[in-house]
Amino acid sequence: MLLRIKKHPIIDFKDSERISFYFNDTKLHGFKGDSIASALHAAGIKKLTTSLKYDRPRGFFCGIGKCSSCLMKVNKVPNVRTCIAPLNNGIRVETQEKLADWPDVEFKSKSKETANVDILVVGAGPAGLCASLEAAGQGASVLLVDENQTVGGQLVKQTHKFFGSKQEKAGTRGIQIAIDLENDLKKFEQNGKIKVMMDSTAIGYYEGDKEKQHKFAVVKREVYENTLYEVNCRAAIFACGAMENMLLFPGNDLPGVYGAGAVQTLMNVFGVKPGKKVIMVGAGNVGLIVSYQLLQAGIEVDRVVEAMPQIGGYHVHAAKLRRCGVPILTSHSIKEVYGNGKVEGAVIVKLDNNWQPVKGSEEKINCDTICLAVGLTPSTRFLYQVGAEMEFIPEAGGYVALHDDSMHTTIKGIYVAGDSSGIEEASTAMIEGKIAGLSAAISLGYKKKGDSSLKKQHMGELDRLRAGPFGEKPRIGKHKISKLLGKRHV
Amino acid sequence: MSSHEKTGVLSTKDLKLPSKEHLEKGVAIIECIQEIPCDPCVASCPVNAISMKNINALPVVDFEKCIGCGKCVGFCPGLAIFVIKSRDDKALITLPYEFLPVPEVGDTVKALDRWGNIRCDGTIKQVLKKGKTMVITVEVRTDLAMEIRNIRVYA
Repeated sequence: MLLRIKKHPIIDFKDSERISFYFNDTKLHGFKGDSIASALHAAGIKKLTTSLKYDRPRGFFCGIGKCSSCLMKVNKVPNVRTCIAPLNNGIRVETQEKLADWPDVEFKSKSKETANVDILVVGAGPAGLCASLEAAGQGASVLLVDENQTVGGQLVKQTHKFFGSKQEKAGTRGIQIAIDLENDLKKFEQNGKIKVMMDSTAIGYYEGDKEKQHKFAVVKREVYENTLYEVNCRAAIFACGAMENMLLFPGNDLPGVYGAGAVQTLMNVFGVKPGKKVIMVGAGNVGLIVSYQLLQAGIEVDRVVEAMPQIGGYHVHAAKLRRCGVPILTSHSIKEVYGNGKVEGAVIVKLDNNWQPVKGSEEKINCDTICLAVGLTPSTRFLYQVGAEMEFIPEAGGYVALHDDSMHTTIKGIYVAGDSSGIEEASTAMIEGKIAGLSAAISLGYKKKGDSSLKKQHMGELDRLRAGPFGEKPRIGKHKISKLLGKRHV
Repeated sequence: MSSHEKTGVLSTKDLKLPSKEHLEKGVAIIECIQEIPCDPCVASCPVNAISMKNINALPVVDFEKCIGCGKCVGFCPGLAIFVIKSRDDKALITLPYEFLPVPEVGDTVKALDRWGNIRCDGTIKQVLKKGKTMVITVEVRTDLAMEIRNIRVYA
């Protein structure tokens, strides 16, 4: 219970039902609302699996279902992503053998279901939610699919107040924006325009008649029993978000090395502390914001190290951390992390002007948690399968689908929005979602008066948010994308 | 490169400072020195003392108009606005606070500067709630009016 956050200045953690489960035959307790991984973590279990080749202990890294370092066997179903799988009463969680058993319980004697809709939206984060709302507002029928238990994507852990303009909810905390969007969504669920499928994964693309229709397979989980859906849609919007980057150094796979966003999820969504003492790697906005939120959860942040010679995130985020007494060391990086089966400390080193470690500058620091905030990579694998033209755009964070200013890719009826179309902010993701949702609906014939001026308004707002010096990177990224698109499709 | 880009800590040289008269009246100082897309402070001001050319421009406080009410302190998403009112030997610093425990009026707390160093004791004079952000006024030595930017409260 030591790792449970009791009181928090921003979040009201509500008491929930205490439930029991088994971990390798040991009876443990957690709470309703926990993920399996958060309950295990709160019970002091950080090692969830072992690496395939060298048997090294592994804990979760991303905490949002994107990496595979938390796979366990649950009620005999192998390869369950325990970071997003809900904890249920009486379940049996086991560390799995290297090659998981044949999943004979998974699709046992079940027939598939079929869903026919105008637009499939994959991902219920800020971009996917806004895309669904906008498309449904035009009159299109929408199926919104997301892997998590609740809508909101990564908004549900953003306890800080958002920047941006008043129209895009500036000054409102991310957690509140998630609630507001969910309430808007409920109205469309009631009138049947949007169907929401949570705890569900779009797993494959099956070419229908590409000119008229797309076919996708979606798996809906029900307490580790799955139902397969055939989804036929006329358009699809991919708002799949992004995945945190790993950094190369010895010991980077020890349990206790997490993506900063994973720690944010653990403490702000599940109310579980990652550990006692943290070193944050990376002084971009994610590193600075999560460091501050660690302090708010009552966790010590020893320091923030940043390889660049200057702080990358907003000054105001750095300033609120500094005035709490947390040092930010620029031109410093992590040399290695050590520990027996879990993180016990790290060696920090100074970097010279050529990014080389300065000999003799090593400092050994005892700590139990390392957070990596070293950038994000767009989640785009599905778009490859669909056949969209992909290109590596460094400013967008990696490979992205080429898209026009309506967020339309090179495949008819396939759209992208948010981080999966290029790493940026939640505020711009929401606007991109609106543009994608509106464009998709209009293309299917759901036209209303004032559509074109509404679209222009959204586009103008995007330009406005990207106009400053911090908007340079996405600005360049999006420019490159449209230039490449023009070259290929003259 | 300015030193704050390395340290995350501003010096008074990075800021446009109010005159002695303005400080006696009490005015808002916005410690926001980068062009970031953000503008809630402008709308929060009841006397239109805060202006911005566009959403990415730096906010500018008209110290003549500012009445030092502190409304903007609780609005700023960057927690970067402070109201400073300094008298002969005491200064009142109004700052945003998002930690537990929340102090009560009359409590003695530690007053910290932009580096997070404890500089003196402070006395809590006012505690207001703006959503989950507490807007707290602490009284400190006048010579530290431009230094103190945080408090630490011990349970």
